[in-house]
Amino acid sequence: MNTVRQLDRVVIRFAGDSGDGMQLTGDRFTAETAKLGNDLSTLPNYPAEIRAPAGTLPGVSSFQIHFADSDILTPGDHPEVLIAMNPAALKANLRDLKPGGTIVVNTDEFTKRNLTKVGYDANPLEDDSLEDYQVHPVPLASLTIAALAEFEVSKKDAERSKNMFALGLVSWMYSRPTEATEAFLRGKFKNKPAIAEANIAALKAGWNYGETTEAFPVRFEIPPAKLAAGTYRNVTGNVALAWGITASGVATGLPVFLGAYPITPASDILHELSKHKRFGVTTVQAEDEIAAVGATLGASWGGALGVTTSSGPGIALKSETISLAVSLELPLIVVDVQRAGPSTGMPTKTEQADLVMAMFGRHGEAPIAILAPQSPSDCFDIMLEAARMATRYRTPVMVLSDGYIANGAEPWKLPDMADLPDLSVEFATEMNAVDAKGEQIFLPFQRDPETLARPWAVPGTPGLQHRIGGIEKADGTGDISYDPVNHDHMVRTRAAKIAGIDVPDLEVDDPNGDARVLVLGWGSTWGPIGAAVRALREKGVSIARAHLRYLNPMPHNTAAVLAKYDKVVVPEMNLGQLTMLLRANFPGNDVVGYNKVRGLPFTSNELQEALEEVIKNG
Amino acid sequence: MADVKLDAPTLKAKDFKSSQEVRWCPGCGDYAILAAVQSFLPELGLEREKIAFISGIGCSSRFPYYLNTYGMHSIHGRAPAIATGLAVSRPDLSVWVVTGDGDALSIGGNHLIHALRRNVNLKILLFNNRIYGLTKGQYSPTSEPGKLTKSSPVGSVDAPFNPLSLALGSEATFVARTLDSDRAHLQEVLRAAAEHEGSAFVEIYQNCPIFNDNAFETLKNPDTRDMALIRLQDGEPIRFGDRVVVQSGYGLEVKDAADVDESDVVVHKADVDDPAYAFALSRLSGTELDHTPIGVFRNVKRPTYDEGVRRQVDEAAAGVDRKEALDRLLHSGDTWTVL
Ligand SMILES: Cc1ncc(C[n+]2csc(CCOP(=O)(O)OP(=O)(O)O)c2C)c(N)n1
Ligand code: SF4
Ligand SMILES: [Mg+2]
Repeated sequence: MNTVRQLDRVVIRFAGDSGDGMQLTGDRFTAETAKLGNDLSTLPNYPAEIRAPAGTLPGVSSFQIHFADSDILTPGDHPEVLIAMNPAALKANLRDLKPGGTIVVNTDEFTKRNLTKVGYDANPLEDDSLEDYQVHPVPLASLTIAALAEFEVSKKDAERSKNMFALGLVSWMYSRPTEATEAFLRGKFKNKPAIAEANIAALKAGWNYGETTEAFPVRFEIPPAKLAAGTYRNVTGNVALAWGITASGVATGLPVFLGAYPITPASDILHELSKHKRFGVTTVQAEDEIAAVGATLGASWGGALGVTTSSGPGIALKSETISLAVSLELPLIVVDVQRAGPSTGMPTKTEQADLVMAMFGRHGEAPIAILAPQSPSDCFDIMLEAARMATRYRTPVMVLSDGYIANGAEPWKLPDMADLPDLSVEFATEMNAVDAKGEQIFLPFQRDPETLARPWAVPGTPGLQHRIGGIEKADGTGDISYDPVNHDHMVRTRAAKIAGIDVPDLEVDDPNGDARVLVLGWGSTWGPIGAAVRALREKGVSIARAHLRYLNPMPHNTAAVLAKYDKVVVPEMNLGQLTMLLRANFPGNDVVGYNKVRGLPFTSNELQEALEEVIKNG
Repeated sequence: MADVKLDAPTLKAKDFKSSQEVRWCPGCGDYAILAAVQSFLPELGLEREKIAFISGIGCSSRFPYYLNTYGMHSIHGRAPAIATGLAVSRPDLSVWVVTGDGDALSIGGNHLIHALRRNVNLKILLFNNRIYGLTKGQYSPTSEPGKLTKSSPVGSVDAPFNPLSLALGSEATFVARTLDSDRAHLQEVLRAAAEHEGSAFVEIYQNCPIFNDNAFETLKNPDTRDMALIRLQDGEPIRFGDRVVVQSGYGLEVKDAADVDESDVVVHKADVDDPAYAFALSRLSGTELDHTPIGVFRNVKRPTYDEGVRRQVDEAAAGVDRKEALDRLLHSGDTWTVL
C-alpha cells in the first residue's frame, strides 16, 4: 500500500524531445490541476525549430507547472520533480532541479548512441552522478508498447503514446483526475478512434503502474487553494489578449478588424481571433506587417476597432504607419508580444527590450500611449483599456506583452458581463463650426477641449467629406499647412493629448509604511517580483513595491511615489530601459536597475537576493 | 463597393472639386487626369460621401486633396494595403487608389500584387510618368534602360517593369491602359473599371513636363501615333494604321495588313479566361512604345476577397447576442467554481 502525503505546493517539469509531446502533456496536467482548484502558474519552454534533430540538447522541449494550496505568483524557480523522456532532457534540465528532487526517467532512451549524442561518457543512471536525487527509472516506451499490445495500432503509434503513460503516472503521483483528459483525447482524435483509445489506455496504464508497482511508495495530495469565490478557468496570455480584443468590440459596439502577419510568439492571437467571427471580428492575414497595420488603419478610418498584432521585428516594420496614425489622429491598437532580440534573436524566448522602441521608435515627434499587462489574465483587462484610450483619444496605443505571459497560464476568475465597461463611441455626424460667411462647416481637426481628440468622421457620413493625410495640417481646418507656428503648435498638442490621458494612480504596496526601498517593475516581471517581495517580508524585511501597467503616460502620481523612497530598484529583462526613462523624467531619485537578458523570466530567488543586497547596503 | 446603390443624384463635375488650390507644375499631365476624373465621377451615381480616394506619396498622390470626397493621402507605397482594410470593412463605399510608378511598383510593389491577387474591390489608378516626380527626377521602375537622370548620370542600368504584365502575373481580373491626354478614352476606361467587381488596375500614361517631358510623345504626335497606338475594342479585329496583330509562336505579333489574311487577324476579347492572351498583348510594346495597345486588356469575373471575408463573418455573426456569446466563450472548456 502506498502512503498519501499532503503538500502545500510543488513544481514539476516535463521535459523531452520536441517530438515527445511535452507541451500537450503539460497542458493536460495543468487542466487537471486547475480543475482540482489549486492555484497555478506555468512556463512552457521550447525550441524555435519545429523539429530540431531528435535526441539532441537543442531539441529539448519542456513545460513547468507550479501549483499550490495558496495563491502563487510564478511558475517556480526550481522544479522539485523532473520527468525526463531522454538523456538530452535529463542533461538540459538537471542543473535546474532542486537538490534532493525527484526524477522520473524513461530508461528506454538511455542507449549508448543517445548518451553519446549529448556528451554523456557513462550512463548517469548507472554511475553515482544522480545520487543526490530520488531517481525512478521507468521503461516508459516499452511499458506503453506492452500495454497497447492488444490494440489495433502500429508499434510506432503505440510508442508515441508514451507521453500519456507518463501523464497517467504523474497524475497518479499527485492525485489528479484524468477523466477530462480522456474526454479531451476522444475529441482530439475524433477521426482516429483507435488512436484515441490507445492514448487513453496508455494514460490508464501509467496511472495503474503507479498504483500497483512498489516503485512509488508515496503519493501526494495538494489541497485546493482558497481563492476568492467565483468561476475560474485557466488561461494563457495570448488567449486572454484575444478575448480582451473580442470583449473590446462588444464594449465599444464596434466591429473588430485584426490585421496580422504570422510571427512567434504573437501568431496565436491571430489563430484565436480567426475563430471569433460570430462576434463580428474580421481577421486579415496580410502580406507583411506593413500591410497588416495599413489595412488596420484603413479599417479604423472606416469606423472599426482596428488592432494589429506582432512581435519586435514586425513592430519595426509598422513604425512608419504608426506615425501616420499619430498624424491622422485615428484610433489604432498595436500589440507587441516581445521576444528576445535583436533580429530573429531567440524567437521563442521572452524579453522586455522593446519599451524604448515603443516610446521613441518612430520618426518625428510621434508620441503614443503604451500599456503593459502584468500577468496572463491581465491581458484581457489591458485590451479593454487599450480600446478605451484609442477610441476616446483617437490615438495609437501600443500594448507590450511578452513571450512569458503570452504562453504562460494562470487561473483567471471570470469577469461578470455586467461589469464590462461601456466604451461606446460616438462618430461625428454634424457640422461643427461656422465659417466667415455664417455657413455651417466641418472642421476635421476641431478638438474636444477635455481630451484634445478630434472628431472621428467616418467615410460615408453625409456632408462631412474631408481629406486627411500625413502632411502637417492646420489645427482645426485640417488644411495642408507649412506654417512654422502651426507645426510647433500641432507637435505640442499631439504630445499634450497623450500626456493628458486619464490613467489610474500608481498603487504602492508598503504594508508597514517604513520601507526605504521601492521595487518598481513593469509587465511580466510582476509575478517574480511579487514572490520575491513576499519572501523578504516573511523574513521581516521591509520593502515597498509598485508595478506600472501604464507606461505612457505614466500614472500622474509617479513622481510623488518615487520621491518617497531612498532608493528605487527596477528589475527588467533588458539593459535598463525603464530605468533610463525614470531617470530622465523624474531626476533626483536614486533609481537602480537589476537587469538580466537570458530569454527567461527572473527567478524570485535571484530577485530576493538582489533586493536584499540593495536594502542591506542602503 | 458591393452594396453601393446607384440612385443617381444629379451631381456635376464642379461638385467634386475641393476647396484646395491645385499645386502641380504647369502643364503636368495630372491636371488632365483630375479634370477627367472630376467630370466622370457624377456618372457613378453615388453621393460624394460614398466615395473614398486613398493615395500614397508622390506628385500623383496629392490627387485626393483636390476631390470633394473622403480622402486619405497616406504613406509611400501603402495605399493598396490601407484601401484593402477600408474596402473589407465598408462594403457601402466605392474605394479608389491613386498611385505613381514609384509608389506602386517600387516601394509598394508587394501591396499592389497582393491586392490584385486577392481581387479586393478597389479601383487602382497608376499614374505612370516613368520618373520620380516629387523627389525631383530620379529614374523609376518604369524608366527606360540607359535613362539619364540625377541618380543615373551615365545612364540607368535597371531593367524596367511592364506594369500591365506585372498586374496580369499578379492574377488581376481587370487590366487597362489609357492616356492622360485622351479624355474620352480615359473616361471610357474609368467607366469599365468602375463597373468591374474586384480589383481594377488602370495604368495611365502621364506626362511630367519637368523631369521627363514628352515621354509618351510617340503615342500623341500625329506623325507617329497612328503607327504606334493600338486602340483595343472588344469584339473587333486588332488593327492600327496599316497594321494588324496576329498570333505568332506563343504570343502575338504585329504585321503589315497587306501580308495577312483577314481571318488571321486577332479579334480582341477582354473576357478571355486564359491570361496568356492579355499578357501577350501587354508584351507588344516595351519602354520603346512602338506598338502600344490602350483600352481594356482583361476583364474577367472572379470572387472578390472582401466579399469572401464579409460572408464568413456575416454568416457566423447573424443573430448572435455578442455579450451573451462572450460570456459563453469565457466559460467554455474546463472551468471550476470556488464557493
Ligand atoms: C518611405 C519613403 N521613402 C521615400 C520617400 C520619398 N519619395 C516621395 S515620392 C517618391 C517617388 C515618387 O515617385 P512616383 O510614385 O512615380 O510619383 P510621382 O511623383 O512621379 O507622381 C519618393 C521616393 C517617401 N516619401 N517615403
Ligand atoms: S514634377 Fe512632374 S509629375 Fe510632379 S507635378 Fe511637376 S510636372 Fe507633375
Ligand atoms: Mg512617377
